[in-house]
Amino acid sequence: MSAHPHQSSAATPAAESGPADASVRVPVLFLLTSGILWLLAGSALAFIAAIKLHTPGFLADCEFLTYGRVYPAALNALAYGWGVNAGLAVALWLMVRLARANLPGGSLLLVAGSFWNLGVMLGVLGILAGWSTSVPWLEMPRQVVPLLLVAYVLCAAWVIGALRHGSSPRLYASQWWLLAAVFSFPWLWAAAEAMLFFAPVRGTVQSVVGAWFTGGFLLLWFMPIGLAVIYYLLPKLIGKPIRGYYVAPFGFWSYIVCAGWVGASRLTGAPVPAWTQAAGAVASLLMLVPLAILTVNLLYSVLADGLSVLGRSVVLRFTAVAAAAFTFCLGRASLMILLGSPRLTWLAVSSDYLILYGVFSMAVFSAVYYLTPRIVRRAWPYAGLINAHFTLSFIGLLVGGVALELGGQQQGRDLANGVAFTEVTAHSLPYLQTATIAGVLLILGHLAFALNFVKIAFCPFVRARANAAPVPVELTRTAPEMEVAP
Amino acid sequence: MNRATLIFLGAFLALSFSWAGLLLSNVNSYGGLAPHFDETDNKAYPAQVPGLAAQGAQVYADLGCAYCHTQQISGGEPSADLTRKWGERESYARDYIREESVLLGELRVGPDLRNFGARDSTAAAIYLHLYNPQIETKGSTMPPYAFLFTTRKIVGQPSPLALDRVKVNVPAGSEIIPTDRAEALVAYLLNLRDSYEYPVEKQKNTPPKPPAAPHGAAEHKPEAHK
Repeated sequence: MSAHPHQSSAATPAAESGPADASVRVPVLFLLTSGILWLLAGSALAFIAAIKLHTPGFLADCEFLTYGRVYPAALNALAYGWGVNAGLAVALWLMVRLARANLPGGSLLLVAGSFWNLGVMLGVLGILAGWSTSVPWLEMPRQVVPLLLVAYVLCAAWVIGALRHGSSPRLYASQWWLLAAVFSFPWLWAAAEAMLFFAPVRGTVQSVVGAWFTGGFLLLWFMPIGLAVIYYLLPKLIGKPIRGYYVAPFGFWSYIVCAGWVGASRLTGAPVPAWTQAAGAVASLLMLVPLAILTVNLLYSVLADGLSVLGRSVVLRFTAVAAAAFTFCLGRASLMILLGSPRLTWLAVSSDYLILYGVFSMAVFSAVYYLTPRIVRRAWPYAGLINAHFTLSFIGLLVGGVALELGGQQQGRDLANGVAFTEVTAHSLPYLQTATIAGVLLILGHLAFALNFVKIAFCPFVRARANAAPVPVELTRTAPEMEVAP
Repeated sequence: MNRATLIFLGAFLALSFSWAGLLLSNVNSYGGLAPHFDETDNKAYPAQVPGLAAQGAQVYADLGCAYCHTQQISGGEPSADLTRKWGERESYARDYIREESVLLGELRVGPDLRNFGARDSTAAAIYLHLYNPQIETKGSTMPPYAFLFTTRKIVGQPSPLALDRVKVNVPAGSEIIPTDRAEALVAYLLNLRDSYEYPVEKQKNTPPKPPAAPHGAAEHKPEAHK
């Protein structure tokens, strides 16, 4: 439970990447490779959907690419393909490292992982082919869900296994968040699938189930994985322990207790009982407690010594953006409740986008940049591409977020003021076009990321080239004073 | 106790608490909501969904209409749903109990459709709009669903469902007709009608009107208690 820096005896790359890293090399690379492929596929689909929003004639004759199919296909590819694969990869690596475990037989995980990816592929193709359920975040046809759940449990068992095999008696904050995420997700998913598709509940109770799941998926899978990464990487990258670490448990528990209820706030104004909507609003406001604690722990740890620390490493910049996005999105959610901001607008989309991209993806990017050189024992071949990826994704996140935010405000005003609907549409076009431009930036960033990843993971010959090029220090080894023991 | 076990247990309890609090209690409180039988009409409301409309609901789900169209009318401020004539009243939970899959929608890229069938739209106009929304609504961002239609040679009498030749491009001797899926979808859309006022909901959701007493009555009332 301590987060105090200690001097590691030998900080050479070999010592830095110990047997623990080697033992999970194959499964982590497998999960990351599949995750990145899904990230590319999902962003391509999302890009098609984004274009269709302002240019409806684009690819209009392809029934399987109609907006109502390509959008959920993109969402599911990104959430279950990228989100779960990359989340599990990061969780496995973090858990093995923090527990100081040497995981035997990790390659068996490839079987479970392959089934997971097969299931997601069937699910996404099913959506494109017209078997979508149209329930947001749960569109995959119910037939593939049992396969996916079993595959997930078999994958997640390795994360728990790593903890049990570990020799470290301590449990660091990252591990709490990972345990909560790995455990909550299948619970949420199985319960929601059962209540919606296998033994469906009646009427708008279905909407309550859907909102509970969506809120839970975002706040109990994507957020915790991102937080686990930030808790682990920040002290290492800034060379100082987490500020106010002793309050971290309160942050964790208050978050976990409230998070399950927040989803109900998505139903404000919907034909569901008023107390349910109120419970969601109250939970969103109660999230201010963990928000304050985690902001001190994370964002304040970065900013306490001034922004100049960000110049030290590009990996830290990714982590810091994730920490800032966390504070921003929870703060924004509470503010939206207090101000009674317009509903059924792009503002709702921008909330989800912030969690999925701003917190989760940015944190996972930083983790991938940090962990991959350590498990393959090679340096990143193109340091320039890492910088390019950061710049593109940061600007893309900002532009996309601002476009959806302003577009949503505009749409909310127009809808409330009774502006003719064709006008509402016309007013939203510039924002949607800007969001498409943001999509281009994000995709370029993903391509830079994928290219670098393929080179480092699968092309051993780049080692020689990498040694010739100057590579930022934190990508190859960690200086002794940056080694912070969890 | 082992700390990891404690975290598992804690996460499990927290999630179960939200599950029981949000889902189980709602299933118990209104999961069994029954249709209202109106004795003057001798009918139950909401009415049973006709077969073709039920098929249309599946087309509605498979094409993902719900990503752009909500099906929930809000009553109070600051919503302008009622002044837009999207509905005649706000939506009640009872309106949805006959639906196999309830798709309330989260975003209004297009107008709300909850009461679409009660607005003055005809099947012919909806077919035309689905075929190419730009024909009647310039600047609409709704995608054209031309794949829900087929062009065929006219043999004998032209189909009564064929699209208006004046408005669409169609070679002489041919006609564009909706497929079965388009027919089901339109039947579904026209069946979306929440006009019936349930006495229970009406009473519960209408704020009590201030008594239409003569001017100054409101100030006098507290005094009466003194």
